[in-house]
Amino acid sequence: MRYTKLEVGFLNMADTGILESLLRLVDKVDGGIDSQVVASSLGVDHQVVVGAVKSVQALGEVIEAEQRSSKHWELTGEGQEIAEQGSHEARVFKAIPEEGLSQSQLMKLPSGKVGFSKAMSNKWIHLDKGHEGGPRVFRMVESIEDVVRKKLQQVQMGHSSQLEEKEKNELKKRKLLTEVTVKSYWITKGSNFSTIITKQETELTPEMIASGSWKEKKFKPYNFDAMGVAPDSGHLHPLMKVRTQFRQIFLEMGFTEMPTNNFIESSFWNFDSLFQPQQHPARDQHDTFFLSDPAVAHDFPQDYLERVKKVHSEGGYGSQGYKYDWKIEEAQKNILRTHTTAVSARMLYKLAQQEEFTPVKYFSIDRVFRNETLDATHLAEFHQIEGVVADYGLTLGDLMGVLHQFFTKLGITKLRFKPAYNPYTEPSMEVFSYHKGLNKWVEVGNSGVFRPEMLLPMGLPEGVSVIAWGLSLERPTMIKYGINNIRELVGHKVNLQMVYDSPVCRLDS
Amino acid sequence: MPTVSVKRDLLFQALGRTFTDEEFDELCFEFGLELDEITSEKDIISREQGDQKASEASDVVLYKIDVPANRYDLLCLEGLVRGLQVFKDKMEAPRYSRVNPLNGDPQRLIITGETASVRPHAVAAVLRNITFTPERYDSFIELQEKLHQNICRRRTLVAIGTHDLDTISGPFTYTAKAPDDIRFKPLNQNQEYSATQLMGFYKTDSHLRHYLHIIEDEPLYPVIYDSNGIVLSMPPIINGDHSKISVNTKNVFIECTATDLTKAKIVLDMIVTMFSEHCDQPFTVEEAEVVYPDGRMVTYPELAYRTETLSADYINSKVGINETAESIAQLLTRMCLKSEVTSDGAEIQVEIPPTRSDVIHACDIMEDAAMAYGFNNITRTTPRTYTVANQFPLNKLTELLRLDLATAGFTEALTFALCSQEDIADKLQKNLKDTKAVHISNPKTAEFQVARTTLLPGLLKTLAANRKMPLPLKLFEISDVVLRDESTDVGARNSRRLCAVYYNKTPGFEVIHGLLDRVMQLLEVKPGRNHGYYIQAAEDSTYFPGRCAEIFSHGKSIGRLGVLHPDVINSFELTMPCSALDIDIEPFL
Repeated sequence: MRYTKLEVGFLNMADTGILESLLRLVDKVDGGIDSQVVASSLGVDHQVVVGAVKSVQALGEVIEAEQRSSKHWELTGEGQEIAEQGSHEARVFKAIPEEGLSQSQLMKLPSGKVGFSKAMSNKWIHLDKGHEGGPRVFRMVESIEDVVRKKLQQVQMGHSSQLEEKEKNELKKRKLLTEVTVKSYWITKGSNFSTIITKQETELTPEMIASGSWKEKKFKPYNFDAMGVAPDSGHLHPLMKVRTQFRQIFLEMGFTEMPTNNFIESSFWNFDSLFQPQQHPARDQHDTFFLSDPAVAHDFPQDYLERVKKVHSEGGYGSQGYKYDWKIEEAQKNILRTHTTAVSARMLYKLAQQEEFTPVKYFSIDRVFRNETLDATHLAEFHQIEGVVADYGLTLGDLMGVLHQFFTKLGITKLRFKPAYNPYTEPSMEVFSYHKGLNKWVEVGNSGVFRPEMLLPMGLPEGVSVIAWGLSLERPTMIKYGINNIRELVGHKVNLQMVYDSPVCRLDS
Repeated sequence: MPTVSVKRDLLFQALGRTFTDEEFDELCFEFGLELDEITSEKDIISREQGDQKASEASDVVLYKIDVPANRYDLLCLEGLVRGLQVFKDKMEAPRYSRVNPLNGDPQRLIITGETASVRPHAVAAVLRNITFTPERYDSFIELQEKLHQNICRRRTLVAIGTHDLDTISGPFTYTAKAPDDIRFKPLNQNQEYSATQLMGFYKTDSHLRHYLHIIEDEPLYPVIYDSNGIVLSMPPIINGDHSKISVNTKNVFIECTATDLTKAKIVLDMIVTMFSEHCDQPFTVEEAEVVYPDGRMVTYPELAYRTETLSADYINSKVGINETAESIAQLLTRMCLKSEVTSDGAEIQVEIPPTRSDVIHACDIMEDAAMAYGFNNITRTTPRTYTVANQFPLNKLTELLRLDLATAGFTEALTFALCSQEDIADKLQKNLKDTKAVHISNPKTAEFQVARTTLLPGLLKTLAANRKMPLPLKLFEISDVVLRDESTDVGARNSRRLCAVYYNKTPGFEVIHGLLDRVMQLLEVKPGRNHGYYIQAAEDSTYFPGRCAEIFSHGKSIGRLGVLHPDVINSFELTMPCSALDIDIEPFL
């Protein structure tokens, strides 16, 4: 079990003998004892005592241990050598006999180099460069006092406090002394103090429950800092979780879902019926996927098609039209739909064919396709969210009101609207919301009132207005889940760990 | 959306005041523009070519302003300033007028019958006694470029040529000739070329090569001559060098040749309304006559003003405000739509100037009233539309099943609806012809050749991208595939599929089989031959021989399950055994 594994490990490391010796020592002293003192009085390494302290701590409130750290000076390896054999300079001095020693011979001594220069600067020795037979070194004084050795011996005996800070630092610079920090514990009795260690159970067993033996047993405490075991489960994709929430919002607002399960659309329903002229850049090969097979659509409602052709090429319904040569061949071209508004057009046309007009609220969330250049935020396919309301007498104020309600459900309450252009809506508005993190207004969607040139040829009554808005599903999802590259979210390159780890989706929080 | 780049200080000078960036951004927002970027030539060059190249460049502050795609009247500094000044009540919209030449007859452009096959329309006008400055000249060139890129659809619909009228003499002839019969010195070149040579010459020109295709394969190329046989231009490719304009040009002859006459008239109106501001008689344009092959003569530019009459009630009821006719007339006047209330006070007469070709219906006027009123001043209301919500049954079923598949321990994938032909055919060991796939004619890469006919390749690619994850991997997706179907108007339909894969060191057929049993349980279909579901051994090249079964429900085949063929596993760059389930869920609606 993860929660107790750690403690079992410590118990195995330190045998119970040490633990009990430790506890007896703690029992004897008043007010506590340092773990270093324990180590020296038990004659074991300090680390063993530290292990024992941790093991006892794991048993509950037997002892209390407060970590402390203390600093003290220690001799380095070289320092120890000097304490025993004398400093390099002293050893050099001793090596020089009455008649002197040639410099080259002196340098061969183990302490030669360092000792020579130190002894020179101490003015213990001098060098006769012009001596026949090469430079020769002679004693300058009768006797010397090896202060360095003496100081090191003092430290060795634990009297480092007798040296001045300056002296210690000098020896530290010569790499003879070092200052070490020792972490130890101040051990005191705990609320459950006892000098006897009882064996602890790791887990409750069916036998203990049956026999009632659990009442007498002590149980090892759990380590609540450990992570639990992940449950075996499947996971929903984050984008689809967000889709579910948007569906829910539309349903709460009384919107009916449109059948958008037709990725292939004719240019007629995708563009012409929306009063989007045939030379419009969106209808270019660079923006739209056209089909080679099946390349063209058939079976258009013929009289409606004639009305669409007329309003484009000549105008009508109070419109000047675009005054160009409208071609059926363009309208017939099959494409991958560039927006779900193509489905809205089909639905509104269907609505117009009803015996009597009834108000509707429609929504859809489904895939659309653009033959665009791909980057970190654009793919060739994405999900469009769309809402449509058709009724008599709807106003631009109504559109703003509906958008306000919709975005409030997403947790966005501060909205403003910018005039924009869209071939099939007039007025057209870009929807901006205030982003607190970025400290600026960011575009969150597009909206507008469908043009009469789109609605009247369908046969909708004159006084009926249709308001609509749209946004992408990917963008709010990327913001919600903090994803910067769309490929990590959509498509086969998704990181499944991200899917496993993604939280529930509450758009309004 | 076109972006216009203007020098900030020139803009402020023309607007008669300075703004902070925030103030100007705010003004743009209100007017339906977007201050997209604040930059300088230096910034732009240093970003595109590095700091070194930029050291010489100007650091004059530039505003890059996004203009709505239908507002050609805002594509240059002159138009932007005029629009904003009228909007802020700083000036009245000018009245543009077409005038006769001071002396002599109007310039004349004669169209010959040969143009009919390639580019049949042409319009023309003269800007008389214009004063350019370096800034105005740049703006004039820039406006033509913006128009070419937008309304002219990269010169396919309309091409503009502007000429120094004092270097040429009318009448001008717009004709079409065989490429070898056209010879002239093109703009900024030192020697004459034949049109055929020119087309070769410009193949490598980074700017002009994009327009060559418009006439390249035509037997006759369009060309305009003056009365002395000097070539003005070979539209839509290049002008002649002889008549090129400069900052010192005083009289400009403008011709627009087109395949769409409506757009040509708009383009001509835009150029002359914008730049007649700099003529000695501001906002006047000298007319030119265009003679058609049938002898018909038309005078251009049209500069037509149109009047629409509408009621205050129409505006109020569409926008959701309650303004008097007078106040609405004032709002519209601020949008360059000069408006007056009729004498009986009931209606508003709105005059649409030649600069506002975007206004084609009363609803466009209504939008302008709303903009001038301020979108954000309109009271937000709740429509009383009463409706009952319904889910689309197929999506409702999908939502319910997704949740239960995740509950069953499978993780949802979301894969692309478009893929390569290889993905749905070769890699699954299927023949492309048998897939009933729809094919895309203009994919930029192989990833978008077809719409998927099965969800399986997407799931296998998801496995391949996640091979480092702990095994087993259990994935599912419920989504649409696309199949050819002659019975629909477009010849294709979507089909909603449920696909799941189990990827582990052992094939786990029993796991995927168990998932099928669970799905059927959820769909309330019991095991059984007649009114239930059963599986039956099947041959399928995607699956390992003897390890594939067809699934029948109520006697109809709904899909397959089995252990994938090792070659399929390899082709998707996988290394472990894998079993799969692939069914159509539409029969369960």
